[in-house]
Amino acid sequence: MTYDATMYSRILTELTLAFHIIFATIGVGVPLMIALAQWVGIKRNDNHYIMLARRWTRGFTITVAVGVVTGTAIGLQLSLLWPKFMEAAGQVIALPLFMETFAFFFEAIFLGIYIYTWNRFKKPIYHFLLLIPVAIGSSASAFFITTVNAFMNTPQGFEIVNGVITNINPIEAMFNPAVPTKVGHVLTSAYMTSAFVLASLAAFQMLKGKDHVYYKKALKITMIPAIVFSIATAVVGDFSGKFLADYQPEKLAAAEWHFETESHAPLILYGYLDENGEVKGALEIPYALSILAGNTPSTEVIGLNEFPEDERPPLYVHYFFDLMVTLGILLTIVALLYAVLLKWKPHLAHKKWMLRAIVWSAPLSLLAIEIGWFFAEVGRQPWILRGYLKVSETATTSPHVDTLIIVFGLLYIVLTIGAGVVLRRMFKNNPPEQELKEYGWDHGGEKHVS
Amino acid sequence: MSLELLGISVLWIFLFGYVIVASIDFGAGFFITYSEWTGQKQVLHKIIQRYLSPVWEVTNVFLVFFFVGIVGFFPKTAYYYGSALLVPVSISIILLAIRGSYYAFGTYGSKDNKWYTFLYGVTGVLIPASLTTVLTISEGGYLTITDNGVYLKLTALLTSPYSWGVVLLAIVSVLFISASFLTYYARKAEDSHAESLLRQYTLGWSVPSVLIAVIVFYMLKTQNVEHFNQMVDLAWMFMISLAFFMTGLYLIYKRKAYGWAFTAITMQYFFAFLAYGISHYPYLLYPVLTIYDGFTNETMAIALVIAFIVGLLLLIPALYLLLRLFLFNRDYVKGTR
Ligand code: HDD
Ligand code: HEM
Ligand code: HEM
Repeated sequence: MTYDATMYSRILTELTLAFHIIFATIGVGVPLMIALAQWVGIKRNDNHYIMLARRWTRGFTITVAVGVVTGTAIGLQLSLLWPKFMEAAGQVIALPLFMETFAFFFEAIFLGIYIYTWNRFKKPIYHFLLLIPVAIGSSASAFFITTVNAFMNTPQGFEIVNGVITNINPIEAMFNPAVPTKVGHVLTSAYMTSAFVLASLAAFQMLKGKDHVYYKKALKITMIPAIVFSIATAVVGDFSGKFLADYQPEKLAAAEWHFETESHAPLILYGYLDENGEVKGALEIPYALSILAGNTPSTEVIGLNEFPEDERPPLYVHYFFDLMVTLGILLTIVALLYAVLLKWKPHLAHKKWMLRAIVWSAPLSLLAIEIGWFFAEVGRQPWILRGYLKVSETATTSPHVDTLIIVFGLLYIVLTIGAGVVLRRMFKNNPPEQELKEYGWDHGGEKHVS
Repeated sequence: MSLELLGISVLWIFLFGYVIVASIDFGAGFFITYSEWTGQKQVLHKIIQRYLSPVWEVTNVFLVFFFVGIVGFFPKTAYYYGSALLVPVSISIILLAIRGSYYAFGTYGSKDNKWYTFLYGVTGVLIPASLTTVLTISEGGYLTITDNGVYLKLTALLTSPYSWGVVLLAIVSVLFISASFLTYYARKAEDSHAESLLRQYTLGWSVPSVLIAVIVFYMLKTQNVEHFNQMVDLAWMFMISLAFFMTGLYLIYKRKAYGWAFTAITMQYFFAFLAYGISHYPYLLYPVLTIYDGFTNETMAIALVIAFIVGLLLLIPALYLLLRLFLFNRDYVKGTR
């Protein structure tokens, strides 16, 4: 294979982002869940929830560490791999990137305080209050970085006169049309995923036969938010589809293998394209694409043929989109089913098959995050700044990107193993039953300690 | 003050902040490892852990702030440095990643793992070494700039005595700054054992740091005469720096007022760092890029400055709280909390 710096830069960017996003997602969602558990614990005077918050926090320190170091990596790599993009985009969209660092500062400071002050306050609520800036900080950093990504999809807030960027308006650039749906979807999906990840930990222990009430409480306090956020994710996802129809029709068209502009367009699920470019073996839902794009069957959906051939995204994004939507629906069903059982058939809610489904929800929602991003980012191809700059124009010219892919790949393997080993050891050597006993919290809520 | 100057000053001051907090951190890692070899680990371990645990992430953000800020205020740096520095900066990223994550693994996870401590100690010396190559490159002469791109002359960099001089200076300074801070911290913790060991480290690294600084200063003459001459013009600032050094050293030697000693040493580096920065002016990358032609547009600059001010208003109380709860809290420092 001949050396292609653009190609290798893309692979390295994908690699780092795909790795970072796992920890970033957990970093955004888990503080909210910790806050919820601690709040419930304080309000109900139930130490089981406090123990949950404590144990989640402990695990969180490890994922944050990996999030921070991989985030630093991607932050630098953006300049190292896409120097011309950063040079150009920096002039217009540097503001949210800069504000993001303040969000990091804020989060890092309060997280440092929070972790080390569990027993330092007379009133537990003061300690709880420290968590609020952490949650705000991490969601704010997701907000800021997502506005940058939104800008890459719908750039605005500048003009190009004779090849020079002028008339710059940083605020307009930051609040571009992609922001509402993108930020909404990224945040809800992060909360949803974190809820499932924590739920699956509890379910996993219960499957292994642990039956302390602590686990049941853990499951309930994670699965209820999981319902809320998975529905929210699907709803905002639907809005994202409408956004695409209006502002990035080529992405939606590629995702749906929708070639001719037409109304009453069907939604095509899965299938494949034969030699003639005909869709085969697909599940067709009549009018559904038109409804996704504009709420009515008569909505006209722009087809891919309207775009020059070299400006069309690769067609395989279709599978990413379908898989994401399938997973979204599946996960919502899992969460709803659990809630329905818990309410009306409580003896079924903790059956093995239910717990197994919940265990699976964690890897599946992480998978949905990954393919969601791959869909959004590959669907922007060939543009890095849609309509202005192509990916191939902006990559580094360095001859060493291929070696670095291997080196960074190894780094991420080392980090994964390290984090895995440490997390396992942390929780295995110190099971909650034992820890609850040590604190005399065995009966969480019944024993009042005021 | 022009916006260009304001921008670079803010960034330079934050970089200085990183240099100090990161030095404490990097040096501490080295001392832990070193004391493990010499069988004195027990003396230092606890005190260093107590200081570092709540703050390591904050340290990292200083660095992120600097590189995001410089690309924001001076987007052309992304082009020049980004194109040329893929390999050296990637090495720094990897070292930072190993250090940050294994620090967390070691502190929160498997306590007292020898391997983690080792990684932690070694990276602490290598990171400053690798990061300072950026400053070396900024002196000019290590890049090939064509219409197709910007390339690093790696061999020239690796064989340049100046470049190695800077590396050495960085390492020794890190150890000196770190030891002086930890001496102060040990006294606050009333840990006389650690205090006397760290005081020895401070004294041991003090004179070498100044000697190497002087040598590197003379080496700059062959590297970049223009910069050298401008530094000579700022000799008074280096004199102030030297005076602070003497003060700090005197206090440490006399076992007095370690807090002031550390402050003096910080000021020593502040003046030297500032003088280096001022004499570097107006170049971001000698001789091709100045702060004026690399600057972003005015609207963005104003927006960034406003964001910066608002950010600081949030940040300063938060940092104050952090310091009060940990650094300046007697009970915490002593380990009774
Ligand atoms: C748990 C994760 C998850 C789940 C279950 C879903 N999504 Fe999603 N989706 C994402 C996680 C995600 C994401 C990772 O957050 C993306 C990638 C980029 C972005 O803006 O959000 C995304 C992007 C994304 C886009 C592209 C937006 C753009 O490029 O601007 C659309 C149209 C949808 N989603 C639609 C949906 C629909 C209709 C879903 C139905 C249930 C759905 N998503 C479930
Ligand atoms: C939407 C996708 C992303 C989300 C939700 C996200 C969120 C996060 C979170 C939560 C952290 C951990 C911060 C902490 O706990 O202190 C983090 C770290 C970081 N992220 Fe990402 N990130 C995303 C993508 C990116 C991208 C594309 C970049 C590159 C510009 C980036 C840059 C960083 C940096 C530099 C850090 C380290 C900050 C520090 O030192 O504290 N992130 N990110
Ligand atoms: C963290 C979540 C993200 C993930 C998982 C992600 C994923 C990807 C993927 C898969 C590509 C490669 C597309 C292709 O090669 O066809 C890509 C490209 C890229 N993304 Fe993202 N992205 C994320 C967020 C962001 C954000 C927030 C930014 C902006 C700050 C960003 C900047 C870029 C750049 C510069 C490229 C390279 C150009 C390209 O190949 O299109 N990404 N990303």
